[in-house]
Order: sequence, then C-alpha cells, then structure tokens
Amino acid sequence: MSHEKTHRESESKKTTITDEELAEVMAHEKDELERTWAHPRGVVGWLSKTDHKVIAMRYIVTAFVFFVLGGIEAALMRIQLARPDNHFLTPDQYNQIFTVHGTTMMFLFAVPIMTAMGIYLVPLMIGARDVAYPRVNAYGYFVYLIGGILLYAGLMTNTGPDAGWFAYVPLAGPAYSPGKRVDIWAQMITFTELSGLVGAVVIIGTVFKMRAPGMSVNRIPLFVWAQLVTAFMIIFAMPSVMLASSFLASDRLIDTHFFNPAEGGDSILYQHLFWFFGHPEVYIIFIPALGFISPIIIAFSRRRIFGHLVLVLSLISTAFIGFGLWVHHMFATPIPQMGQSFFSAASMVIAIPSGVQIFCWIATLWGGKLNIKTPLLFVLGFFAIFVLGGLTGLMLASVPLDLQVHDTFFVVAHLHYVLIGGSVFPLFGAFYYWFPKWTGRMLSERAGRWNFWLMFIGFNLVFFPMHQLGLNGMPRRVYTYLPETGWGTLNLIASIGAFVLASGVLVFMINAFWARRAGAVAGDNPWAAHSLEWSIPSPPPNYNFHNMPVVQGQYPLWQATEDAPVVRGLSTSKREALVTSVMDAEPELRFEIPGPSIWPFAVSLATAVMFIAGIFTPWAFLVGAILAGAALVAWFFGDPNYENKSARETGERSQSVSPPRELQPKEV
Amino acid sequence: MKEITNTILRLGQCLTALGAVAGLSACGGIHNAINPAGPQAGNISKVWWLMFIVCSIVFLLVMIAVLLALRKRTPESDLAAPMLEPSAQQERQRRNVVITAVTLTVIVLFVFLLASYSAGRSMTAELDKKNGLAIEVTGHQWWWEVRYLDVDASNIFMTANEIHIPVGVPVTFSLRATDVIHSFWVPNLAGKKDLIPGKVNTIWLQADKPGVYRGQCAEYCGLQHARMALWIVAEPQDQFNAWRQNQTQTSYTPASDSQRYGQQVFLSSTCVMCHTINGTPAGSNIGPNLTHVASRKMIAAATLVNTREHLEQWIKDPQIFKPGTRMPANNLAEGDMQALLDYLQSLK
Repeated sequence: MSHEKTHRESESKKTTITDEELAEVMAHEKDELERTWAHPRGVVGWLSKTDHKVIAMRYIVTAFVFFVLGGIEAALMRIQLARPDNHFLTPDQYNQIFTVHGTTMMFLFAVPIMTAMGIYLVPLMIGARDVAYPRVNAYGYFVYLIGGILLYAGLMTNTGPDAGWFAYVPLAGPAYSPGKRVDIWAQMITFTELSGLVGAVVIIGTVFKMRAPGMSVNRIPLFVWAQLVTAFMIIFAMPSVMLASSFLASDRLIDTHFFNPAEGGDSILYQHLFWFFGHPEVYIIFIPALGFISPIIIAFSRRRIFGHLVLVLSLISTAFIGFGLWVHHMFATPIPQMGQSFFSAASMVIAIPSGVQIFCWIATLWGGKLNIKTPLLFVLGFFAIFVLGGLTGLMLASVPLDLQVHDTFFVVAHLHYVLIGGSVFPLFGAFYYWFPKWTGRMLSERAGRWNFWLMFIGFNLVFFPMHQLGLNGMPRRVYTYLPETGWGTLNLIASIGAFVLASGVLVFMINAFWARRAGAVAGDNPWAAHSLEWSIPSPPPNYNFHNMPVVQGQYPLWQATEDAPVVRGLSTSKREALVTSVMDAEPELRFEIPGPSIWPFAVSLATAVMFIAGIFTPWAFLVGAILAGAALVAWFFGDPNYENKSARETGERSQSVSPPRELQPKEV
Repeated sequence: MKEITNTILRLGQCLTALGAVAGLSACGGIHNAINPAGPQAGNISKVWWLMFIVCSIVFLLVMIAVLLALRKRTPESDLAAPMLEPSAQQERQRRNVVITAVTLTVIVLFVFLLASYSAGRSMTAELDKKNGLAIEVTGHQWWWEVRYLDVDASNIFMTANEIHIPVGVPVTFSLRATDVIHSFWVPNLAGKKDLIPGKVNTIWLQADKPGVYRGQCAEYCGLQHARMALWIVAEPQDQFNAWRQNQTQTSYTPASDSQRYGQQVFLSSTCVMCHTINGTPAGSNIGPNLTHVASRKMIAAATLVNTREHLEQWIKDPQIFKPGTRMPANNLAEGDMQALLDYLQSLK
C-alpha cells in the first residue's frame, strides 16, 4: 500500500520516472499478470485449463504417443513381411494393424501435431497473449483425445477397423464389413476432423485479429503463413471426408444406400469425396512443415531468407493446386482420359511451387553463414528425402506410369518419402529448435546427431527398396507373399531398416526425457533467432508477453531498434488482448479473452456420447445433441472468467497504480 | 528414333544394373513392370525410363547444390550478427539461378506431361478396334472368374485364375466385380484397372513374347487380398486354339472305377453347392469353375501349385492356406478323398 502512494506522489511531481520506480512497476505488473493468468488447480482445474501452450503441449505429447503406437504397428508389419509366408501375424491382425497404422499416422499424429505446433507458436510469433478462442481450442483437444482412445479401444477389443485407412466401399459397407469395426473408424474420423476444424478456426482467428501492432501482412513470419494456409485448407478439405464418413456410417447404421450400387448409390462417389479431402490432407501435413523449415534456415544460416514473398505465394498456390489433384488416386477407375489428363497436369504443376521453395532455401543456404546444428541437419535430411519423394510423385502424376505403380509398394515408398521426409524430418528439426523455448532446456546436440543419422539411414533402408518392390509387382496391403515372388530379400532389408529408424526415434525420446531435467539452461534466445517467441523467457510465462511488442520488420528481433516501442494500456487484472486489423495490424479494440472453464470438457463428453453411442443406435444423436446443447448453454452464458474472480478482485486495487502512459526506458 | 529409344532403354538397364550391385534385384521376372512383354507395358516402361533418368539427374543436381552450400564454414565468432542486407549483386545472381532452375523445372514438367499424354493415348486409342479376343473377368473375394466371349456361342466358356491368350493378338478385357472392388494387374503386360461392382471397366493388352506372366489383385479387397493372384499364359496361336478347343468341351467322362466313385463323392458332398463341372449336375457359380481344373497350373487363385498333395490339403482344410476363404474344410473319408482326387486330376 505504501509504495502505491509513493508512486502517485512521484508521478504528480515528475513527468518521467526513475529506473528503480520503473522496475518496481514492472515487477508489480508481472505479479498481477501471474495472478490473472494463473492456471486453475485440482482435477477440475486441470480439465479447465485453456492456456494455448498447455493445450498445445497436450496435443503434442498425445500425438507423439500415437506416433509411437503407429510406429509399433509399422514394426509389427515389417516383422510379418520380413520373410515370405510368415505367420507372425494372422491376416486379420495384419489388416487391422495396417488400417490402424495409416489411420493413426494421418489422423491422430500428423494433422494434430502440426496444428499443435501452430497453436503453441503462432501466438508467440505474433506477440499475442493467447489464441483467439482458447475454450474452443480446449474443446478441440478433448474431442481429439476421445477419438484416439476410441480407435485404440477398438483395436484392443479386436474391433480395430480393417478396411484400410481409406475405407473404400463396398468393402467397408454393411455387406462386406459386418460388425462394428468400420463404424469405429468412421466415428473416429468425425472426432478428429471436428478437432481439426476447431484448430483451424482458432489459428485463422488468431492470425487475422491478434497480431501485434506493426505486424502487417508483409511482416507475418513464414511459419505463421504456413499455419494460416493450412488452416484454410483444413476448412475446405475436412467437410468432404466428414461427409464421406458420415454417409458411410449412415449406410451402415440406417441403410441409407449412398454408396450401394444395387440401390442407385455409387462407390466411386465415395472415392471422390474421400480423396477430395485425402489429397489436400497430404498438404495439410506438409505445409506446416514447410513453415518449420524457413525459420530454422533463417536461424542457422544467419541471414534473411531469400525470396520471402515468393515463398508465401508458393505456400498459397500449393494450397490451391492441392485441391485439384485428387483424381490421381483414382486413375485405375473408369474415368475418361480427358478428365484424367486435367488431374495429371495439376499433379505435375504442383511440383513448381515446391521446386520454387526448395530453390529459395538452397539459395538462402548458399549465401548464409552456416551453423550446422541438429535442427538444420534435419532440414538437410528433408532436402534429400523430400526431393526424391517429390520426383517419384511426378511419376505417379503420369497416368500411364501411375497405372503400373499405383497401389504397389512403389507408392508406399513414395508416400513415406514425402510424408516422413517432408513432415517428420522437419518436425524433429522443429523439436530440437523449439524444445528450449518449451522447457527452458537444450536437447543434447550429440544425441541429436545420433538421432538424425539413425533416422536418416534407417529411413532410407526401409523405404528405398520399396520402390523396387513395387516395380517388381508387389501390391500394397498384402499380409504375406509367396517365396517364388522373389520379394524376400528387399523386404528383409526394409524390415532391418525399420529397427534402425525406430532406434533413432528412441534416441530422441531419451534425449527429451534427459534434457527436461538435465539439459543445458537455454535462456531466452539460445539460437539468436529473429522471431518474437525468442524475446520472452523460456518457458514462456502464462501471459506470454508482459508488454505486447510493436513489430518493426520481418525479422522483429534482428531489426528491433534500441528504443523499440511496446504496447501499453492492456489490463493486467483482466485477461485482456489487443485486437488489430487484418491487413495492417492496427490496434482496433481491447478484448477480454475467456479464461479457464470446465464447459469445453463437458461439451466434449456430450459429443463423445453422441458419436460413440451413435455407432450402435441413431437415438444417440438425439440424446447427444440435447446434452451438448445444454452444456453449450452453460458455456455461453457463464461468467467469461468466473474461475478468475479472486484474481480480478485483487486486480481492482492495482488499477489505481496507473503506470506511465508511454514507456521510454532510456530517457531518464 | 527407335535407336534413340533403344539407347535410352539400354542406359536405363545399365542404371538398374548399378542398382543391382547395391543389392537390389535387377529387372526380369514374371511380374515386373519394367520387363515389358507387350506394347502396353512397353509404352509405359518408356515413360518410366525417361522419368527415371531425368529425375535421377535432377535429384543429383539438387543434392550437389545442397552439398556445395555446406562447403563454406563460418567461424563461430562470425555467427552472432545476422545478415539482414546481403550484397545486392549476390542476391541478383541468386535470383537468376533460382529463375533458371524454375524455368528448367517447368520445361521438364512439360516434357513429362507430353510423354505421358502420348503414351496414354497410344494405350487407349482404337480400343474398339482391338477385338482380337474378348474376355470378361469378374473379381470375387478372392479369385478371378474368367469368361471367354465369342460371337459363336459354342466357343463361350468359363474358367478361373488362369487366362490363356494367343501371342501377338490384342485381347480386350471387360472387368466386373460382384462383391467389392478389385484391381486387375499383370505388370509385364499392362497397367492396372479396377473391377468395380456395378460398373464395367475395359483394358486391352497384348503379349508379344510367349510366356507365363503373373498378376495379382492390386486393390485391397479384404482378408485374403494377398492371396488373389492369377496367371496369364501367352502361347502361339495354334497352341492357344488347341487349349480353347479343349476348354469348350464338357468335362472328361470318368473312365476308371475310382474316378467314377470320385465323381459321386463330388456330386454328393458340399463341393457341388459352389462349383460347376460342365457335363455333370454340378452347376453352381459361387466358386471357380472346375470343368478343366486339372489343366491349370495353380489352384486357390495362384497360391498353390496344382499337385495332388496340394489339392488334397486344400480340400481338407483351405483355411490353412487362405484363412477366411469362402471354401469350408471338408472332412472326407480317406477312400473318398483319394477317389475325389483321382476324379479331379482327370479333369484335363
């Protein structure tokens, strides 16, 4: 109380304040921000958290667990295929495992972890205190978690889906997949797509309206661009697969015959709907990874990126063209050649923006002062693997050649080259790059090198021979093969490689566990990098930024002047954020961000009742809708920050501090 | 022109041979997309070699560019200050290099596109004129029903999993399915086409060399997708005619007592509920047509060599070889089994 008075007195006397007074005000504000943005405690509190960093970290850890589970499934398949006529798995087990492997990697690992990286880092990179819709964000996570548990509960109870991650009808239809296996798949899709859509909305809202002043469109970091473009792709692609999986579920549950040719339905329609999502899906996984590569290249080549604008335009054009390729998954169906030609051309054209990006990055490396650390190593690995995968992609774009290699191990090789090379390698690079920010500790560089080389060598051992296997006539999704086919040797090499690859991932996990406790302390900006997330402590405080920064260029920390201005006037006693304009990020209004709430969790439970019980009875949708409606009412009409009342009450007092309107630290 | 193509082909084979040194099996084999035995697969393999060679060069160039970028090492002390304004001249050079690379990319893509369009056209053009021989293939879980069509009704016959074609004659396949989607693929002869319930898909192919070519279902079709293969036997026209002549006949009439007894076993057991043997009361089409089963090289959709032992084991318990197959185990008395085998093996 006493120093409050001092403040008021000192302020009335002078127009500026001393360094000590300033420090005191700052410390006081930080205290108050800590209290305002404190996480609720207890089990209910744990379920109520909305901090984007907490939600994102839950996403990342959960998705990584699913990555490991998907990897274990892959290892089981590789054991089974290591030699011909193997009996390690029964055909039924194999079919469940390959279906769950694909489904896990696409829906439970790749998309969520990419969105999660955005949910964690986008607010930090644009200088925001939280995402635009923190509660919706929390809801998205719970829905995703429930969907993932549903799939694995199915697998554990021998009702794992077994019709492939694409679940083509009629095989996945009621006549040829009796039981509940495919229903579990269809509803899991609904869960994860819902969560994907939610994540996309959160990212778009955040990027459009919450950027720090000065971050006009031309200064948006490439990472944020990638996330934004991906979010738009999700919004256009996901409804298509939700439609496909919902039609499939209703064909199975209430005999709607959408896909039953005998009743006027069409099985090819399913393929169109699925791949209209399925191909953009690849880019939904790949584009965020492109967003990891740019900041890593900038930080480790110590220079501005070559062709910023061209890179942004490439991301956007990739997203557009990405919607025009889906038929190249269906060249073997009776689609007329004229129609196929269009999609063939589009599939080739998409190599142009990818090529442009690769060339720009290499040009950046060429002119840079290279600091070869593990994150950059993974990006270099990306170049080798992804370029090869991209080139085999051109082969799949060619209609005649695709008719030979389609649905063979050649495609298995191709898709792993583009998805592991294009996404997982950059993702591991990103782990090494941002782990210090997340935890305040550095991952071991030495273990990082082991991790990289084991993964790189292992990866190529597994997947390179598969090109040859495909040309030699080995179809995909076969649980075994005859010895006479001569596919044994290459399969054995691939199986050995799988364990090398897995050991690389294991090194990473050990590294991460070790570094969390014993890694070198990172400091705010261990890589001397350029973007805003490196201006705040590691790990970041709950409120991210004490003072919202004002951005002065594309490389905020590298271009910041000594007297860089900051945003003042946001409440420290309320969860307040600054809303800025879409194009120029000019301040528009202050906005109170909703705080912790249990209702998103409650709504996710109601959603779960609806979709999971919906596997068994259509009545579930009625009951679930009522439950969800009730929970939503509570969500919307509750106090926006009721859990934070105490913090707000103590906050009233500090309002009277009235900190200086304009901060000019160096003038005193 | 032909010489150039051949040179490219030879070059490609050399590259594959290089791959073989690295432990990869070179081309060859009876189910190999780059060991073409007919015009369809031949056209595709030309596209393959073109793209393989050009893509290999592109890959090498990009890798060299990356490695050269790594050549220059900067001392630790120089790393702190970032380069925000690289020299304008260097940036201009870089821009020129990138623009050149993008231009080359576009050109390469155009070449690829034109090559695949022209290959695609030659594969589907004049489809209606390729009426040397017409065969209808119907996919079932998990075997291939084969029906030879002909204007002369007495030449229409059914068989399964083994398709004989005359060398040098274009063969048109009408592809159908009754249950789920399958895909017809004989890599040495042509690319794949899906068999889709409710639709008819068409493909033509031609074998220029006599030989046996293996094909396998390429669209995941359920539990035994892995065990759904077929053989195409390409033989000279006269051999083919003889084979067809035999196939159009009704089944062999049992000659010995054992064969006669075996036929009785067949007709009085569950066999008759799914299989057809022309010339006997057995006429169900759920399983493969067995009228000339002994003339086939393989049984169980090209899973087992057609020997007496395999046949016996298969009839006793097919689930050992193909778990989930529609054919149930048959618990026949030893004498009945041997007679049945005698009979089946007589169905040449």
